[in-house]
Amino acid sequence: MSETNKVIEMKGITKKFGNFKANDNIHLDLKKGEIHALLGENGAGKSTLMNILSGLLEPTEGEIWVNGEKVSISSPDVANQLGIGMVHQHFMLVDKFTVTENIILGKEKHKFGFMDQATSQKDVKELSDQYGLRVDPKARISDISVGMQQRAEILKTLYRGADILIFDEPTGVLTPQEIEELMEIMNALVKEGKSIILITHKLDEIKKVADRCTVIRRGKSIDTVDVATTSQQELADMMVGRSVSFKVDKKPADPKEPVLEIKNLTVKEARGYDAVKAIDLDVKAGEILGIAGVDGNGQSELIQAITGLTKVDSGSIKLDGKDITNKKPRKITETGLGHIPEDRQRYGLVLQMKLEENMSLQTYYQKPFSNHGFLNHKEIKEHAKQLIEEFDVRTSSEENTASSLSGGNQQKAIIAREIYRNPALLIAAQPTRGLDVGAIEYIHKRLIEQRDHGKGVLLMSYELDEVMNVSDRIAVMYDGNIIAIVNADETNEKELGLLMAGVPLEKAHEQVTETEGKERETVANEK
Amino acid sequence: MLTKNNEKLYNFLVPILSIVLGFIFGAILMLFFGYNPILAYQAMFNGVLANPFFFGEAMRQATVLTFTGLGFAIAFKAGFFNIGVAGQVLVGWVTSIWVALAFPDLPRILLLTLSLTAALLVGAVWAGIAGVLRAYFGTNEVIVTIMLNYIALYLTNYLIRNVISTGGNTTERVGPNASLRVDWLTQLTQGSRLNAGLFIAIIVVALYWVFMTQTTAGFEVRAVGLNRFASTYAGMSAPRNIILSMFLSGALAGLGGAIHGLGTFGNIFTQSGLPGVGFNGIAVALLGLGNPVGIFFSAILFGVLDVGSGFLPNRAGVPDEMAEIVIAAIIFFVGANYLIRFLFEKVKTKKTATEGGE
Repeated sequence: MSETNKVIEMKGITKKFGNFKANDNIHLDLKKGEIHALLGENGAGKSTLMNILSGLLEPTEGEIWVNGEKVSISSPDVANQLGIGMVHQHFMLVDKFTVTENIILGKEKHKFGFMDQATSQKDVKELSDQYGLRVDPKARISDISVGMQQRAEILKTLYRGADILIFDEPTGVLTPQEIEELMEIMNALVKEGKSIILITHKLDEIKKVADRCTVIRRGKSIDTVDVATTSQQELADMMVGRSVSFKVDKKPADPKEPVLEIKNLTVKEARGYDAVKAIDLDVKAGEILGIAGVDGNGQSELIQAITGLTKVDSGSIKLDGKDITNKKPRKITETGLGHIPEDRQRYGLVLQMKLEENMSLQTYYQKPFSNHGFLNHKEIKEHAKQLIEEFDVRTSSEENTASSLSGGNQQKAIIAREIYRNPALLIAAQPTRGLDVGAIEYIHKRLIEQRDHGKGVLLMSYELDEVMNVSDRIAVMYDGNIIAIVNADETNEKELGLLMAGVPLEKAHEQVTETEGKERETVANEK
Repeated sequence: MLTKNNEKLYNFLVPILSIVLGFIFGAILMLFFGYNPILAYQAMFNGVLANPFFFGEAMRQATVLTFTGLGFAIAFKAGFFNIGVAGQVLVGWVTSIWVALAFPDLPRILLLTLSLTAALLVGAVWAGIAGVLRAYFGTNEVIVTIMLNYIALYLTNYLIRNVISTGGNTTERVGPNASLRVDWLTQLTQGSRLNAGLFIAIIVVALYWVFMTQTTAGFEVRAVGLNRFASTYAGMSAPRNIILSMFLSGALAGLGGAIHGLGTFGNIFTQSGLPGVGFNGIAVALLGLGNPVGIFFSAILFGVLDVGSGFLPNRAGVPDEMAEIVIAAIIFFVGANYLIRFLFEKVKTKKTATEGGE
């Protein structure tokens, strides 16, 4: 039987939640030694399917075969025994523990009841050498880079004997260079006989590493295709179910006077060290300024300082010509700030409240939403209905709780609320994180519209593509400093990647031109 | 989608099921120790509901529980566990008696207003201490209010022995112009201690609803309680709302204490422990799921249980201790309605899973 080289077969998987089918007769098979991409929009049912495979959910219908045998994966333990391991998007690591301690967690080796650290460290070292995963077994998780944390997470699954690895959106938090490394690691794993399922919405990554790709849409499997013979455009269209445009359409910016003026700004982080170090930054009316950088280089603190959520240590912030340094969030909002927060479920919405209430979360105390301290429910409802329609927020009723909306629609709701107030400056932090191509397209369009209406937009994103495509100017943050501000049409991914890694602008520029020169040479030589 | 209706049905079913399970568990306990649960429950409900006096007493207890339940609920909505309701009841109680005894000659309406207001304010400040400490220093309100409970207890006993009375364990009774008793209610319930506090409670239930659902202040309290990060970002002041909600929580508890003082007892006596109405208020609020009308009805249920348990020894031969255990079991299940919600959810997912197999 040719079936034997299939390590996983999921046949006709259906998962119902009430009347809702999250998975509807999905087929997926994974061949030994392949990288198989699982592509789908948000809410398409990827997570449900993988949760079924890793034993967190039980399917309503359908069969799972592992290595040619029909199995019932009733718990994560069973999945473990079958050799299925998951590399989570949000690392499941204990910060204060060392790499080794994290890896052996739950499978500690012991002698007479005492932990045998030495043997464990040796095991981890051997394992990491075998797969070319450079990690320091003795380092504490909190002291190592995100890339190394991810490698530790991969090692953890390997240590538990996984032959089938599921990578859940693994590149979201990595720099372009780290992404390259990850791709190499994945290839190395496959060479060692492992099989990989890669969950992602990033088409270029699929093109780079995957052998085959299964596309799912609205809970149904659309098709499984060979990646080599399918274009990115075809993949995207299959995923969304219509033709998508990748190009962000925009006219050249027409920047005017600055709406945000930051001078010599220093912000301390919760533990007391400087997270933002004496930076200067302007955002002009009619431009989109992008902030690029790897997570944790002061971007979040900078935004929290502008929005009034964190105290400014020194320096000043002016919004629309008015000083807003250390003003209260309400004052700053009223001065003309809109903010699409990085963590939308924590800062953007009160999930358990009704959608209509969330739509007036900042304006409930103003007329017409209230009068002398009494809410005007009718106006609040009308306002919400209007926003829902205008911004195409998909929900059956404005009385549903915000938590009942999908991630993309939650984000649309926040964007609707913020843009509708027509602020002089709109801060969009990670506005498309975790969203699908269709929603991303929409959100980018709205940001550019805002710019074209002569407003300032500050876009913070860890996605390089997004920063490059949407922004007019790009400020790169590294270690609390803005190490360079470049024009979006005069830079490229490599240069930004180097800047994000802390390489000074001139050097980065040099390196990029150098390698480009070499590439041209080799191409010429081959000819 | 069905979810909205389901949610409503759910919110109604969970407390009902809690009550039923509590009674079943109580019945099993009684059976286990050789008592007749049917007889016992019959004695309990007939005793209370068929007799105007005892029904009046149950309603009297329900009145105070409404205040403590609402008091607990308002803090809970803002995200706090005000376990200090009992202490706040006590300071409200002693304040009302003190004021009533200090100005015995004031006209009734004036004296009642003065006593009730004073009790309300003292209760509010008492809880407000925990609110301020929480808002500005991040101290845990559970620990602070527990400590404040003890301070309230011993301070009250000290005041009774040394300030309000002359060395006794009981104060004088307040005059008729400081009493909340109304003749027609007393007559209607054949001499029970049911008093005008009941009407104040009903008004407060309405005010609570208006505050929570119709005012911007209530909107803020709810938003901060559910997600203080998003609320802060939206321009609300978390500290202000923390203090406000604890203040209101204590105000309601203090008012409940005053109604205990001026309505039920007419005096105050040294206490060996904190008043049970304070702690039962927590169960009342949890059973009522934070809905003011729900809290009112759950307070009535608790009033009936409280008074009805007195019938178990004589009419059903269930000893006092057993009666207390049965009541405690019921309260346990009521308080554990989260557990029931959890079980409910389990059963529901199981059911949909099997339905899916069709």
